[in-house]
Amino acid sequence: MSTTRESVLVEVKNLTMEFARRDGQLGGQEQRIRALDNVSLDVVRGETLGVVGESGCGKTTLGRCLLRLLTPVAGEVIFDGRDILALSLSSLRPLRREMQMVFQNPFSSLNPRMNVLNLVAEPLRTHTELRREELAGRVEELLVEVGLSSEHLKRFPHQLSGGQAQRVALARALALNPRFLVLDEPTSALDVSVQAQIINLLLELQRRHGLTYLFISHDLGVVQHISDRIAVMYLGQIVEMAASEDIFSSPQHPYTQALLSSTPVPDPDRDRKRIILAGVVPSPANPPPGCRFHTRCPHVMDICHTEEPKVYPVGEGHWATCHLLDTA
Amino acid sequence: MDQSLLTVDNLHVRFRTPIGDVHAVRGVSFSIDRGQVLGLVGETGCGKSVTGRSILGLVPHPGEITEGHITFDGQNLLGLSEREMHQVRGERIAMIFQDPATALNPVFTIGQQIIPVMKHHGVAAGAELKQRAIRLLDDVGLPDPASMMDVYPHQLSGGMQQRAMIAMALSSDPQLLIADEPTTALDVTIQAQILDLLISLQRSHNISVLLITHNLGIIAETCQRVVVLYAGQVAEQGEVRSIFHQPQHPYTQGLLAALPNPGSRGSDLKMIGGFVPSGLDPEPGCAFAPRCEFAMDVCTRRQPPLYEVGPGQRAACFLHDEAEGQEA
Repeated sequence: MSTTRESVLVEVKNLTMEFARRDGQLGGQEQRIRALDNVSLDVVRGETLGVVGESGCGKTTLGRCLLRLLTPVAGEVIFDGRDILALSLSSLRPLRREMQMVFQNPFSSLNPRMNVLNLVAEPLRTHTELRREELAGRVEELLVEVGLSSEHLKRFPHQLSGGQAQRVALARALALNPRFLVLDEPTSALDVSVQAQIINLLLELQRRHGLTYLFISHDLGVVQHISDRIAVMYLGQIVEMAASEDIFSSPQHPYTQALLSSTPVPDPDRDRKRIILAGVVPSPANPPPGCRFHTRCPHVMDICHTEEPKVYPVGEGHWATCHLLDTA
Repeated sequence: MDQSLLTVDNLHVRFRTPIGDVHAVRGVSFSIDRGQVLGLVGETGCGKSVTGRSILGLVPHPGEITEGHITFDGQNLLGLSEREMHQVRGERIAMIFQDPATALNPVFTIGQQIIPVMKHHGVAAGAELKQRAIRLLDDVGLPDPASMMDVYPHQLSGGMQQRAMIAMALSSDPQLLIADEPTTALDVTIQAQILDLLISLQRSHNISVLLITHNLGIIAETCQRVVVLYAGQVAEQGEVRSIFHQPQHPYTQGLLAALPNPGSRGSDLKMIGGFVPSGLDPEPGCAFAPRCEFAMDVCTRRQPPLYEVGPGQRAACFLHDEAEGQEA
């Protein structure tokens, strides 16, 4: 996919995000946890960029920083030509309509004391002049769009199934005709058969409205199904980026390779030779020096302990950060 | 010696709730051979966990087993007194759960939790207790097992906690291990480690495993036989290879088709419409009929029996009835 300047909707440059954590209960040492370390990427108009990685890799933090739900300590997020981190909150407000988020668990993201009508109407009341009949009309239109109907209007979240609740969350996100959606594990809380319904709905909405998605998930199968390109994250950094096919057919980073081979595949005849990574992800409060993956990497070399790998291009729009790719 | 270690025959479990009786398990039958890994798979609410808990007499209040037989090693478990059940539970049949962080007691060290279990089951005494506990922790791949004895659960990662749980479960040399979603709370690279460990321990100890999961990939990679549950009933059972390659029940077919797989990118996933029935007032016919694309008249009138559809493979679907199947 060519990434000319005009085709880029969201441009992320050197994004770094830190959280402060106090150790112990009596105000011990303050620790800085670097959840994102110098992350750069482009999201192209109309595409789905998948972000995949394990717990604590920073994928959710990345999604939230892109919408400025979190304020990064350094870097730029340029949405349609404007640096949203530099804007005042009042000038950011109209831009908020353009970018929305859908969370993993609809039962915690939807207010349990509001019915579907009010849940979907809330963003419209906040951001538009629509009232009464017009408002109700728009809400119904949105419900139909996500595969629900007016019979759901008076229901409360606990009266909905997981799939239905996630559809309501999607209707809320779509209410203001956004251009960019951050989808944070939108199907992880759902059963397989319902997951398929939501994925199909997301694909259809994208086709119909030309939406751009950042799709965050730990499930490689789901990510590859829905994404045009995929970013693989490990400990706050992107370690590999490529078109979806390339990630699966020729993964270059040892972490991507391990992630692929660890994912159980529903085929009993598949070769079971798995790359099983030793150990656990190190704490982001104290990341290892050199390459962050070297503590678990099956191909670790001396240089990996001391030097951080550069970004090595390995093909059209495909790069990875690993010393093995250094051909010099 | 009888080949099957555990036989569950026509198990019915009912939960009495203020809004009516919920029939969580409705006539489930299956058996596990000695040294076999059997998968129990299905979506939320299909009764897979309740079935697993029934075997140990751990059905949570207000549930009760209303009908059926559970025979373990020639002994009818449902006829045992609570005292006799104590001898079976943990000692001959052990169980591990989805979330090790809640299964372990947070205020005791790993050693303080594992030693009383071993003492209770009389596997060792005196100084030998500690030695054996350390050896067990070593067997499950915990680093520096001697010092692990003095560690509290919160000091361990999720994967290490699950390893400690497995050590505890195996401490009394059980013949059967029930693993209820043992890796669902873990990251995929850690999941691969734990599944690998479970299978190697299963082989070295020659125990039988009942693996309960919603993940078809895990079933394909670890089990020999599988039972597919839907709405508290067996939809299909058989060898893993035949179930995955020639699923004969429309529900199994739908589940497998709903999974994203490489090559399906961007296309619509096949989905199963509708949703799982609640278990309140079950319909007289096949529970899957309202969602089934092949539903016939008979499907709404009567419940299908399990038809022999291949070597060792049985499916509960009228399509396989020679007389009824003609209608389709």
